[in-house]
Amino acid sequence: MSHLKLDRVSAYYGAFQAVADVSLDIAPCSITALIGPSGCGKSTLLRTLNRLHETTPGARVTGQVHLNGQDVLDPATDPVEVRSRVGMVFQRANPFPTMSIGENVLAGVRLRGRRLSPRVAEQVVERSLRAANLWQETKDRLKKSGVGLSGGQQQRLCIARAIAVQPEVLLMDEPCSALDPASTAAIEELMVDLKADYTVVVVTHNLAQAARVSDQTAFMSVDRAGQPGRLIEHGPTTQLFNAPTEAATGDYIAGKFG
Amino acid sequence: MTAFADSLPVELDQSRLDESDEACSDGLVQLTPDDLSKLLTDDRLDPFPPSGLLPEVGAEPTDRVGPTDQLELHRSAQTAQSDRPAGLEQADVRRSRGGRWGDTTWRGLTLAAAVTTVLALGSVVAFLALEGAPATAGDATDLPAQAPDIWALTWPLLFGSVWVSTLALALAAPIGIGIALFSVLIARRRLGTWLGAAIDILAAVPSVVYGLWGLTVLAPLAARAYAWLAAHLGWVPILSGPASATGRTVLTAALVLSVMVLPLVASLSREVIRLVPSNLIEGALALGATRWETIRLVVLPQARSGVTAGVMLALGRALGETMAVAMVLSPTPFLISFHLLRSENPGTVASFIAQNFPEAHGLETNALIWLGLVLFALTFLVNSLARALVRPKGRTA
Amino acid sequence: MTETVTRQPLGAGSDEVALITTGAEAFSPPRRPTQDLALVRHRRHRRTVDRVMTVALASCAAVAAVPLLSLLWTTLSHGLSRIDPTFFSQSMRGVAGVGGGALHAIWGSVLITLTATALAAPIGLGAALWLVEYADRSRSLLTTGLARAVRTVVGVTAGLPSIVAGLFVYALIALVAGPGYRSGLAGAVALAVIMTPVVESACEEVLARVPGELREGALALGAPRWRCVTSVVLPTARPGVISGVLLGVSRVVGETAPLLLVAGFTDSMNLNLLDGRMASLPVYIYSQWQNKGVAAAAYDARAWSAALVLVVLVLALNLTARLSARWATRKER
Repeated sequence: MSHLKLDRVSAYYGAFQAVADVSLDIAPCSITALIGPSGCGKSTLLRTLNRLHETTPGARVTGQVHLNGQDVLDPATDPVEVRSRVGMVFQRANPFPTMSIGENVLAGVRLRGRRLSPRVAEQVVERSLRAANLWQETKDRLKKSGVGLSGGQQQRLCIARAIAVQPEVLLMDEPCSALDPASTAAIEELMVDLKADYTVVVVTHNLAQAARVSDQTAFMSVDRAGQPGRLIEHGPTTQLFNAPTEAATGDYIAGKFG
Repeated sequence: MTAFADSLPVELDQSRLDESDEACSDGLVQLTPDDLSKLLTDDRLDPFPPSGLLPEVGAEPTDRVGPTDQLELHRSAQTAQSDRPAGLEQADVRRSRGGRWGDTTWRGLTLAAAVTTVLALGSVVAFLALEGAPATAGDATDLPAQAPDIWALTWPLLFGSVWVSTLALALAAPIGIGIALFSVLIARRRLGTWLGAAIDILAAVPSVVYGLWGLTVLAPLAARAYAWLAAHLGWVPILSGPASATGRTVLTAALVLSVMVLPLVASLSREVIRLVPSNLIEGALALGATRWETIRLVVLPQARSGVTAGVMLALGRALGETMAVAMVLSPTPFLISFHLLRSENPGTVASFIAQNFPEAHGLETNALIWLGLVLFALTFLVNSLARALVRPKGRTA
Repeated sequence: MTETVTRQPLGAGSDEVALITTGAEAFSPPRRPTQDLALVRHRRHRRTVDRVMTVALASCAAVAAVPLLSLLWTTLSHGLSRIDPTFFSQSMRGVAGVGGGALHAIWGSVLITLTATALAAPIGLGAALWLVEYADRSRSLLTTGLARAVRTVVGVTAGLPSIVAGLFVYALIALVAGPGYRSGLAGAVALAVIMTPVVESACEEVLARVPGELREGALALGAPRWRCVTSVVLPTARPGVISGVLLGVSRVVGETAPLLLVAGFTDSMNLNLLDGRMASLPVYIYSQWQNKGVAAAAYDARAWSAALVLVVLVLALNLTARLSARWATRKER
């Protein structure tokens, strides 16, 4: 599907450089895991991919991110349009509290000013919730508030919301870090299902999770606090975990730092 | 979810959806039919043209094998502008303009509100100065109360305002802070909540009702108390007689004012005292300090600047308070006196304006507007002082 | 207050607290626990002081309750006498002495307050939206400068004496329409000047409390910012916004001085905001008390009844606002 290609991407918060010169090829219909110690800029890098980084005051990005040949970071590119092609799931589930479960799923459609007939709307809701493995649990309470769901269910609702608008790429920022093991397993299973249709990029602190679900893994690191994060190594997950080429990667995976 | 789907301009053709469902059964796209996917994701294709017609099915390639091709097609249409069908281009332009138009409008509207706020409220001083200035001209005659010149009018009233307000705060501040300490640190949670609610009620009562109450209930009571005070404590300079028979004195006005600003002192102090870190309080208690010692040694020093700021804000409110004072106090023109119980009392700026404005005309009006400017300057000074007190701690009042 | 106690940043370990207690010799706890008689007496003394001060603080609350109860009781007992159909169905036109009502004042208050709200609520909410959703996310000097100006002006006008707001509007109108012109609209503008900062700061507070995650969630779904604001931020903040507006209304509905200055008073019904003097409940109370005619008791009774109506109205508004705010915070959790 969608080929994502990062070319010398650097991200800044004011004068502070958080990410330096990351070039990365992300294969379509695969899961790429971004791993690395805290503060190495993985989440920042992820947020540049749908131009959410620039919504922080003072933040800016240099470099290029090509999505099927189009430069996402080009100032002429409408960020709103980028974000409708690149969906995102956040660390903490953030269903809109004023909307019901069904409305949450349709939020992306509505927020873009589209209208759907009740019938189509129902279909979108059902398809998205099914795809997020949430349909069985919520089909009888679609009109209830999404805040009443459990943490794992809320996160799956957010995934359903993101895929209801049919993005090409799905970004996940530590989607399981606030969840219990059972919910984590459910989300991981879902991620594997999703890769059939989407290019998934997931930031995770959980190395076992990266090893379980991802096809490719990119390891980022930072020399010391105040320095920008850099891409150290990138490759197929099995290779990176079993035979890393860089010593730093091996050390991190072995738990020597981070 | 039907809330916004009800007002649908167009219904999708069900047969097309079913058809595409089948088309997807090859497993490449399990999630949604192609049509739907396009409908939802592709910003370049407006699914609902204003004419209310769906795009022609025939306008799109129907012989695609998989979603990749389809997307490729879309991308190429988007990257190579010249290749794009004319109809799509129009839709594209319209949509992106629509989005930007919404953002610009919304941003513009809120900006207009912000600018209006600054201009309207910021011009207060300008207009007061413009209309007040004629009264300050050196040879001004026909000022209110036959004042010889504007300063002879201004100074006694300014004195009265400050004197009454200071008295009111001297009464209200200790009690208000006491209530705040009690409701946060001593009272049980529920009692504290009720106390807070009662304070809010007291704060919500309009000042004209306080005036009525002060006049009907407080003044007669006060008159008796003043007679006793003048008789027994008359040797204290400010309490010397003869006591007013009506009770409409500076002290009564200050009492009414103190009841009015008490809620403000109490609620502002409450906020500040709540912010004292509980680990400090617990630390002191763990060392064996009693509750009062904890308050004296930990809470009050911690909260001092915030509480002082609250008292200053209340002083600002008291200085500007108009109707209650206008109704309770019977002023004597041009008087500067510290006596609390006599029937001759200084007036206050705000109440003087209210009492004289309805019948004022010509230069009298200008003089009253000038007094308003003076009152504004005074309250501004006091409020700025209050805000300067809290600013170093990063809190805004 | 002891001088040794400084307002320090609060990572208070026991050392710091020990420092504090040593600063106050009189109350410092015994270093070595001994069964010294003097120490026992000292401890008893401290306990007594504690009890006395606790009682003193509690009595502050009791002292404050006295005027509150007296005020409510007086308003109720004096006010009920004229709570009758005539009071709510007649104006004071042609009435001298007994009879008459406050219908014209009630209508005036409703019209003036609604107009003031229609002016102040959009401006206050709009300015708050601009500050929170646009200005705080911008680094442009012009924008941040304007934002600072808005906040300063709002802070200053929040402490503006209401009579000064009245004088300001009078001065404004005097320049446009000539001196002496009074109307309901002028009163509404004066009330809007008082109300705008109240609404603005309340809205700013609730908007800032809307979690950034929700905004990001909406943006990440491809929403333009204005849709993110209208569909996610505003609905989430709605109870707080409503509460802020209601608080603003309850603040101005009892305002007397500015209306006395610019809306004036009349005995007759006037439903035209642009045409001449318009009565309002607070000014009605004041004028009934101020201009007593032959049957003074009737004027007093009308004043008290109007006061009762006004107090009930203000308390109802206030209560609704607070319940709405509480409901909002409960929902946030």
